[in-house]
Formats: sequence, structure tokens, C-alpha cells
Amino acid sequence: MTEFLQQLVNGLAWGSIYALIALGYTMVYGVLRLINFAHGDVYMIGAMTGYYAAHSFHPSSGGLGLAVILGTSMVVCALLGALIERVAYKPLREAPRLAALITAIGVSLFLQFGGQLLFGADPKFFPQLIENRPLIQWKGVVITNIQVLIIAISLGLMIALRFIVMNTKTGKAMRAVSFSHTASQFVGINVGAVIRSTFLIGSALAGAAGVLVGLSNPKIEPLMGILPGLKAFVAAVLGGIGNIPGALLGGYLMGLAETFVTAYLSSTYRDALAFVILILILLIKPAGLLGKVVKEKV
Amino acid sequence: MKRFFFRIIKISFILALLYGLNFVFTKQVNPYITQIINLIGINIILAVSLNLINGHTGQFSIGHAGFMAIGAYGSAAVTVYGQNIILAKLLFVPMAWATQIFFIGSLLFGGLLAALAGLIVGIPTLRLRGDYLAIATLGFGEIIRVIVLNLDFVGGARGFGGIPEFANFFWIYFFAFITVLWVSRLIQSTKGKGLLAVREDEIAAESIGLQASRLKVFAFTAGAFFAGIGGGLFAHLITYLHTNSFTFLKSIEIIVMVVLGGMGSITGSILAAAALTVLPEALRVANEWRMVFYALLLIIMMILRPQGLMADRELRILKR
Repeated sequence: MTEFLQQLVNGLAWGSIYALIALGYTMVYGVLRLINFAHGDVYMIGAMTGYYAAHSFHPSSGGLGLAVILGTSMVVCALLGALIERVAYKPLREAPRLAALITAIGVSLFLQFGGQLLFGADPKFFPQLIENRPLIQWKGVVITNIQVLIIAISLGLMIALRFIVMNTKTGKAMRAVSFSHTASQFVGINVGAVIRSTFLIGSALAGAAGVLVGLSNPKIEPLMGILPGLKAFVAAVLGGIGNIPGALLGGYLMGLAETFVTAYLSSTYRDALAFVILILILLIKPAGLLGKVVKEKV
Repeated sequence: MKRFFFRIIKISFILALLYGLNFVFTKQVNPYITQIINLIGINIILAVSLNLINGHTGQFSIGHAGFMAIGAYGSAAVTVYGQNIILAKLLFVPMAWATQIFFIGSLLFGGLLAALAGLIVGIPTLRLRGDYLAIATLGFGEIIRVIVLNLDFVGGARGFGGIPEFANFFWIYFFAFITVLWVSRLIQSTKGKGLLAVREDEIAAESIGLQASRLKVFAFTAGAFFAGIGGGLFAHLITYLHTNSFTFLKSIEIIVMVVLGGMGSITGSILAAAALTVLPEALRVANEWRMVFYALLLIIMMILRPQGLMADRELRILKR
């Protein structure tokens, strides 16, 4: 039981990171119907920005330092996301969807290999800003302060996102655009601007995920975004792509499933089991857990 | 009758040409260039077979490397473990012939194994569409890779070495020729028109009496079979297999060929397979900038010509 609870905590912390990345995938998919393959690499840039920003702080600066690093990373990633949208995706707005997908893959490769040139291919170690120590100990279950921090920051960001999407004008416009581009234009919504803000917000979340992962797994390198990016995408599909609560649910499920598989089965099968779960869920619910089944009209 | 003879002459001419070129490439040309030309042939098989699934039938599959892996490991397992047993049974034919027959047999075995996997992957396509299908095929591809990684008799994480070098220019282009011929003939047949109809509008296709799900499974199985053959040729060309050659990136590489060439254009797939195999090699002078240029070229090409090089047109020779 202790072991189970411990893995549950680890899975929740890991799932928060997947959920943050999955949110970006799902938001972009919602407004553009595009699988933004470069999103995992934006997360890598977030971790790298965090690494360079952290080096300008004294290790003892603690919480304040972390807040500044998180902010820097989120701003850099938001700008990068908007830049990618402007340069690579905007010219392809009217093109077939697959063309945009290939461009997304191109951007992803560009960030990976450009990252190798810029940062060097060797792994870097995220400076330890906050000392990792047990915060809560209960019947052998240890919850570290970093885990608490990761879960708290992610939840905070998710609540902020929920507020933006549900209660602001931009959020309302986003929901309208994801419903229909043409109809949104008719009611005077600037679709281009909405898409840009979607990329800004989604990429900022990926940047935050990059810093948070740096806190718990300090080893970062330019190709670190590929697998988490892929799995976060799977998580988004799992929850029903284009659906924000679905992305959260998918992210947490993915994190929990991976942690439990590693703990109780074998770590070599970890990557495959994530996909087995995915396929099983899709076979039972083809539109994802929270996705709406759209009836086709002839 | 006259047409039949004409066709026989044409095919024997092509075989003779391949055989002659095989001699030139194995004996006269720099091995590095021969290797690239051989890899182009394998990539043509992979791109044309994926085009059947993605371009002609309109099903979005991103797990092609998985089928390729099954074919590669399946046929390599036959040639490595069966060499002594099966070859001994083929003593009644001359040795040189026996190895060739054995090699073709192993390729077909790999292809059929991959086709079986294609059948298994094809069945969920009855329920899934678009991006959900894409992610399911991606998942299958990764599952296959992880399973192979954990199979000890094909080397597991150490890689699978000691595969006899049976593939050469002749066999690679022979199978590339067969693939292109078969797919281009298929597309002009009634069944092929059915595949195109499913791509254009599944509901309309069903309403005129086509069985869309059966056609989709057929496309998956056939595409996977040729991918398996391509994988088998790859195994017997490189002579060493590791699951790292069959990751998600390999699937992406094949998709890029299909999309860049033009969805549904066989000519386009062939051209793009050649171009994208040569491009990374040509960029070798750029050292560490190589992949950055590759990525940039990909983005620029897609922005300038989103419908692909050939759009959905074909060279006259492929549509008789």
C-alpha cells in the first residue's frame, strides 16, 4: 500500500508535466486542426532557457529566483511559439492539412538540431535552486517539496488557463474559432489574432513544463522534447483532442500509467504500454475519453 | 496475343537492363554511391507502399516503420537461423540459384508477416478516423519496436548482426519495379478506383455499394506487405539491424517523401524518395549544419509548394 501511494504521488507529479504540454497540443489543435509537432521542442527550449536564466542566480535565491526563471522561460517560449506560427504555419493556412503537418515536423527538426548547434549536444544539468527535501512523510510515503511545487504550479497555471478560456474576451473568441473559422469571421473575430494568442498561451505552458521538469529531472539536452512531446500528444488524444479538461485528464492518466508500469512491470515495456492503453481506450471510445462524438451528416 | 508478346519483351528488357546495371554498380562504381542508389530503391518501395495507404486510400498512417521492422526482422531471422537447414534441402538446384531462391523466400516470409500485422492494424481503422487513426498507427509502430527490442533471439537491445548480404542492386530495383508496377496497375483497376472513392468521400462510396472498411483493410495489408519486403531488403543490404533504425522518425521520413512528392502520385513518391535520400548525403559537407539545412529546406519546400512536387499527377508511362 505504501508503495502504491508513493507511486501515485510520483505519477501525479510526472503527469502534471505531461498535462501542461498536452494543453498546448490540444489548444492549437482546437483552433487550427494542426498537430503541432514542434510543441515538444518548445518545451525543450523552455528547459534550456530556464537553465541559462538559472545560472544568473545564486543557488540560495530559492523561491524568488524560481519565479523569475519560470517567468523568463514562459515569455521566451510564448514569443517563440508566436514566431513559429507566423513564419511556418501562417503561409499554409489554406493548404492541405498534411502540408502544415510536414512543416511542423520541419520546425521540430530545426529546433532539435538547431538546439544541438546552439547549446551543444551533450546533456546539461539544471542547477539546484531549491533543495530537494521531504516535505510530508506519512506512513512511509514521502512527498518532496519539489513534487508539491510541481503539482501546485501546474494546478495554478491550469486554473489561470481555465479563467482565460472561460472568462475573458480572448478565451471566448478562442472557443468560437475552434467551433468554426468562417462563422467567427462573420461575427467580427480577428481569427489570425486568436490563433496567435493560442500559440502564445500554449507555448508559455510548455515553457513552464520545461522549467518544472528541470527541477525534478535535472538532466536536459536538445533532444529531450521528442518523447515527452509525443506522449503528451498521445495524452491529448486520449482525453479527446481539442478538449482542455480532456488534455488534463489524459496527461495525468499518462503520467500515472507510466509510473505504475515502471514500478510494477518493467521499464523496458514502459513506452509500449502507454501506447497499448491508448489503443485500447481508442477502440472503446474512438473520440477520446471526453471527446464529443460528432455525428456525420450526409 | 501481339500485346502479350510485346509485354513479355518489355519485361525481359527491363530485367536485362537491371542485371546489366547490377554488374556496373557492383563492379565499377564507388561503393558509397552504390549504397546510396540501393537505399533510394528501398525508399522507393517504402514511399510507394505508404502512398497506397495515405495518398490513394486517404488513411493517415504514421506507423510504416513498424511494418518495415517486422519485414526486416522476419526475413533476417529466416536467413540467419534457417540458412543451414533450408539451404541443405535445396541441394537439387545449383548453389547460386539456391541462395537466391532462399533469399526471395525469406523476403516473402517477412512481407507476409508484415501483411499480417497490417491486417491487425487495419481492423481498428474501421472505427478510427483522421488524427485518431494516425495516433493509433503511431502507437502500433512503437509497440512493435518495443516488442522487437525485448526479443532475445533477434538480438534485442544489442542489435541483430551477422545477416548475410544477399540484397544487391538487381533485387532491390526488381522489387521496386514490382511495387511500382503493382500499385500503378491497382490504382487503375476497379478495386483501385474504389480506394480513390473511399479517399474522396467514404459515405458516398458506401452509398454506391463499395465496402469502405474492407477496402481500407486491403490497403493497409497491401501497403504493409511491400513495406515488409522493403525492410527485408534493407536488412540484407546493411546486414545489421537495430530497433533504432525503425523509430517514429523513420515513419516520419517516409511520410515526408509521400507528402513532398504529392499525395497519390506514384511518380512524386519515386522522385521524392530519391531526392530525400540524396539530400542528407549531399549536405554532408555542411557538417553539423546538415540537419538544420534539411529541416529548413523541408519547411521552405512545403510553404512554396504545399500540394507536393507532382501534386496528384503522374508521368505518362505510369498510366497506360
